[in-house]
Amino acid sequence: MRTDSHRTASPQGPRKASPQTIVIWTLVALVGATGWSVLALSRGEDVSAAWMVAAALGSYAIAYRFYAKFIAYKVLKVDKTRATPAERLNNGIDFHPTDRRVLLGHHFAAIAGAGPLVGPVLAAQMGYLPGTIWIIVGVIFAGAVQDMVVLFFSTRRDGRSLGQMAREEIGPFGGAAALLAAFAIMIILLGVLALVIVNALAESPWGTFSIAMTIPIALLMGFYLRVLRPGRVAEVSLIGVALLLLALVAGRWVAESSWADTFTLAPSTLVIWLVAYGFIASILPVWMLLAPRDYLSTFMKIGTIGLLAIGVVVALPTLKMDAVTDFAGRGDGPVFAGSLFPFVFITIACGALSGFHSLISSGTTPKMIQKETQVRMIGYGSMLMESSVAVMALVAASIIDPGLYFAMNAPAGVIGDSVQSASQVVGSWGYQISPADLAAAAQNVEESSLLSRTGGAPTLAIGISDIFSEVTGDSLRAFWYHFAIMFEALFILTALDAGTRVGRFMLQDTLGNLYKPFKNVSWKPGLVITSGIVCGLWGYFLWVGVHEPLGGINQLFPIFGISNQLLAAVALAVCTTLLVKSGRLKWAWITGIPLAWDATVTLTASWQKVFSSDPRVGFFKQRSVYQDGIDRGEVLAPAKNMDDMHTIVTNSTVDGVLSAVLALLIVVVIVDATRVCIRHVRRPALSTLSEAPYVESKIVAPAGLIPTKAEKEEARDAVGASPGS
Amino acid sequence: MRLALHRAVRGVRWYVREFTDESAYDRYVAHVRKDHPDAAVPSRREFERMRTDRQEKDPRQGFRCC
Repeated sequence: MRTDSHRTASPQGPRKASPQTIVIWTLVALVGATGWSVLALSRGEDVSAAWMVAAALGSYAIAYRFYAKFIAYKVLKVDKTRATPAERLNNGIDFHPTDRRVLLGHHFAAIAGAGPLVGPVLAAQMGYLPGTIWIIVGVIFAGAVQDMVVLFFSTRRDGRSLGQMAREEIGPFGGAAALLAAFAIMIILLGVLALVIVNALAESPWGTFSIAMTIPIALLMGFYLRVLRPGRVAEVSLIGVALLLLALVAGRWVAESSWADTFTLAPSTLVIWLVAYGFIASILPVWMLLAPRDYLSTFMKIGTIGLLAIGVVVALPTLKMDAVTDFAGRGDGPVFAGSLFPFVFITIACGALSGFHSLISSGTTPKMIQKETQVRMIGYGSMLMESSVAVMALVAASIIDPGLYFAMNAPAGVIGDSVQSASQVVGSWGYQISPADLAAAAQNVEESSLLSRTGGAPTLAIGISDIFSEVTGDSLRAFWYHFAIMFEALFILTALDAGTRVGRFMLQDTLGNLYKPFKNVSWKPGLVITSGIVCGLWGYFLWVGVHEPLGGINQLFPIFGISNQLLAAVALAVCTTLLVKSGRLKWAWITGIPLAWDATVTLTASWQKVFSSDPRVGFFKQRSVYQDGIDRGEVLAPAKNMDDMHTIVTNSTVDGVLSAVLALLIVVVIVDATRVCIRHVRRPALSTLSEAPYVESKIVAPAGLIPTKAEKEEARDAVGASPGS
Repeated sequence: MRLALHRAVRGVRWYVREFTDESAYDRYVAHVRKDHPDAAVPSRREFERMRTDRQEKDPRQGFRCC
């Protein structure tokens, strides 16, 4: 194996910055600093979202230019002469060198989902400032670093997955713990995402109809691609998006017609529909439903995020939420319980640091990257884009009336189910909104009620419809609201299908060790059994979430956040181990510090969820409070009867045990990784590094989005440069 | 002016074809012709079937996040 010390350092060799560069970067720094100052210093007056955008973009630019470049060239020592797996193992299908701009699109579309949209909305309960700070600082020092470093190491290992890297580099024990944690996390993720959908679609004939229509549309697209014109994705996607918009418009007609009742579904009915959908979709062939759905949701995702970015910049709305609310210190917020540390970090999750991204950064993307030097643009750059999506979601949640925000996000058990009681309870928290205004807000978007529409999606949709109708006029407000709901529901449904398949795959692989036929992934009985188990598991959490007297999102979202952040801890532990083992000990802090922070936050949150003596936070305390109530024969609010009391006791027990088990698994991974690192430092000869050997690259391609002068000259001299550049 | 417009349209078309993977077949054919000149080139229909079958076998390919 060759080392690469003689071919590294900065790409153009030592050079001095030109006066022009210095002026530009000073200006960028000033823009960012001004944004931060205004956000931090203004209290009680109206702050424009422009400052949030300025703080974010200024900080991203500086982080990308300086910190990401430093990590890429000084720490990882990316090597443009080293062939990537895409070049070495090119099979024309999953391994093939892909143009960096195309891969950026692919990677971003793969990592962006409902998470960064929902988390910041819920975190807005503590005010916009804590969320903004963590989304921006977190992405710069933790999230984007994780994505880039995982991408780099997986690229050096022929695109190995995170689980494989954990097994090979840490050991079978840590690897098994990581795999088990990944499975549990997948189940929780699917349960919570499905819960978000149910809360958005319940009692909403318009939303339910348009989402239901996506199934026949996807089937039609699948048929078109399979039978009529194979592979013509662009044209079929255009047809699909047009039909989708038609379904959206038709949703209003249905909601106003006599069919409305058919599509007005109670939450528990929707649960059954969703689980049935998840099960059937995951056993159907990929071409029929999953693949076309995926095209649709990708188009909608990119389109809507683009529109939202334009909307925020054009409308530059004013933030109405407080910078920091009283709930931040007291920890008794209605949206989720617990104080700012650690729960704001847990709730924001994906927009700042997401463990799930490490599954994309290892596995899919490394098989397509053209040049090692592009990990900065693809890994770090995409994550900055995702973080900006989270900032937009936070803007959307902070521009709506705080009274409406709390009425939408507090569980029904807390605010009651009439606008009068909601107005009164929300008023007692210091946010005034009249019953008439609450009713009018629902009427404006043609929904029967907006009370307790928890989960973040409806709140985000209200924010988006506010921003968009500022540009297009008020008449389209209801349309934009349902457009936003459809956009989220669409990719959550796709995630349910895809996630069930991945969970099933893990299960088939494991069960295959006990009973051989399971290993054959196309063995029908095995397929049906494992799909059924996976759907049953997430379906259980969904059912529990919908029937939870204390509020499903309130109870389950923290577990979702914790599990995602725990997966990030696994990824960061793998990265740190690899940095140490590959002779980069002095740079191990690059991922080591984010790991320490993430582990502290997440394990503190797990600890509080398990052991806190505050019944709103600690699951076992909650359990004992309600169990004592049952023993005394007393019904405690928000439970309405003894059945509710028993439900709470059961759920709190399950949630508490789950939190404890997840935390234990991650502690095992971190301890095992630490053991490997210490062993390596003491006796380096004992450790092995499974890096693919050096092969010289024949491809010439730029590292960044815009080629530098030197790269252009290089490309001119080379043959076979990528088309279109 | 017309030249610039023409280039822009071509650029967009190229990006859309690449991003949607509509160009996957052409790429595969080029790959087979170049690296395995003796192998038979599948039809587009066969190729697209093979691609979805692969995804069926390992659903982790092309997985998307929360």
